[in-house]
Amino acid sequence: MKVTYFPGCTLRTKAKDLDLYARRSAEALGIELCEPKDWQCCGGVFVSASDEIATKLSSVRALIDAKEKEQPIVTVCSACHNVIKQTNYAMQNDETFASRVNAYMAQEKNPPLPYAGEAEVLHFLELIRDKVGFDTLKAAVKNPLTGKKIAAYYGCLLLRPGKVMAFDDVENPSIIEDFIRALGAEPVIYPARNECCGGYVALEDPASAKKKSNAVSDSAKNHGAEMIVTACPLCKYNLVKNGSSLPVVYFTELLAEALGVKEV
Amino acid sequence: MENKNERRKEQILRMSGVNPKKCMRCGKCSGTCPSYDEMEYHPHQFVSMVESGDLEPLMSSPSIYKCLSCFACVDRCPRNVEPAKLIEALRLTVIREKGANHLLADQIPALLDEEMPQQAIVSAMRKYSK
Ligand code: SF4
Ligand code: SF4
Repeated sequence: MKVTYFPGCTLRTKAKDLDLYARRSAEALGIELCEPKDWQCCGGVFVSASDEIATKLSSVRALIDAKEKEQPIVTVCSACHNVIKQTNYAMQNDETFASRVNAYMAQEKNPPLPYAGEAEVLHFLELIRDKVGFDTLKAAVKNPLTGKKIAAYYGCLLLRPGKVMAFDDVENPSIIEDFIRALGAEPVIYPARNECCGGYVALEDPASAKKKSNAVSDSAKNHGAEMIVTACPLCKYNLVKNGSSLPVVYFTELLAEALGVKEV
Repeated sequence: MENKNERRKEQILRMSGVNPKKCMRCGKCSGTCPSYDEMEYHPHQFVSMVESGDLEPLMSSPSIYKCLSCFACVDRCPRNVEPAKLIEALRLTVIREKGANHLLADQIPALLDEEMPQQAIVSAMRKYSK
C-alpha cells in the first residue's frame, strides 16, 4: 500500500524519533510512505476564522499532491493531522472559503485543478485501524509488550472538533487502547486522557501549561499507568518538561519495538 | 462609534460563524475550560458579551491569549455555539491591526529551551501574530 506521508517540521527537528519509528514500522507493515516534494509546515495550529486563507495554503498544497497521486494523506503528528483535516473539511463544506483558496492556487506556477476536498486524510493510527487492521497488526507483533500498563494520551488535537476530526468517540475514545492491546500491553483508562496539556501557551505562560500537564500525568499515574503514550511532540514536551513521573513515549516507538524494528 | 462597533460585531460573527443567540447560558463551556483560572472573562461571557456588543473589554483583556484552542468548549456545548471560534475572531480582530502583534519574533529566543518543539513556536506565532 502506498500513501502520501506528510512528516511536518517538528519531526525533522525535535521529534525525529516520532518520524524514524513511523518509517521503520510502516516498512515492516508493508506500507510505502511517499513524501510530497517541497512540503511546507502546516502552521502547527488551525485558525478557525473562515476568512483566514493564506495560512491554510500549505495544507491545501499537500492535499492536492495526495489527490493527484490518488493516495490517502497520512501524518503521525497530531497537530499536522488536525490542521490538514480541518482544512480539508473547510474545502469540502465552505464554498466561499474554497473558492478563495482556489483563486490563490490558480496563481501557482503550474496551477492545479480546483480542489474540493477530494483527498482522504488519515492519521497513522487510523491507517492502522482502518486499512491495516488491528488483527493484522497483532499478528505482525514479534515482541509483545506483555504486562506493560500504558496510558493512552489523546489530548485535544486528534479528537476535536469531533464533527470535523471524526477520529473516534470524542469523550470515550478507544483507538489508542485497541492499539496498545494489539501490541500485547494493557491499556489504562484515566479521566484526563482527552484533556489539553496546555499546548502552545507553554511559550509565553509556562505556569499555565504546567498546571494542565500535571493534571494529565497525575491522572494517568493515579490510575496505575507505568507509561504514557502520545502522538504529539508538544504534548510530550509539556508533560516531560513539567515533571511527569511517568515516561512519555511516542506511539511509533512502541510500535517499532513490538514489531521488532526499533533497532536495525 | 456606535456604527463602528456594530460593524465590528457583524464582522466577528461572520468570520467565526458563531450565532451567540443559540446560547442558553448553562455555563458548561466555562466549566470545562482548562484555562478558566487564567481568564478574566470566561467562555460563556465571551458569548454573552459579544451578543450584547460589549466588544471593547474583551478585546483589551489578556483572556484572548489564554485560550488554548483545545476545543473542549466547542465539543461540550449542548447548543453547538462554539465559543472558541468567537475568542479566535476577537483575537484576530485585535492582532490584525497594524503594530498590534502580541508576540514578536525577536521575543522568541528568550522564551525557548533546548527541548521546545518547533510546533510550539509556529503555533504561538500563528495565534498571537500576523
Ligand atoms: S456551553 Fe454553550 S450554551 Fe452553555 S453557556 Fe457555553 S456557549 Fe452557552
Ligand atoms: S478552546 Fe479555549 S475557551 Fe474553549 S475550553 Fe479550550 S481553552 Fe477554554
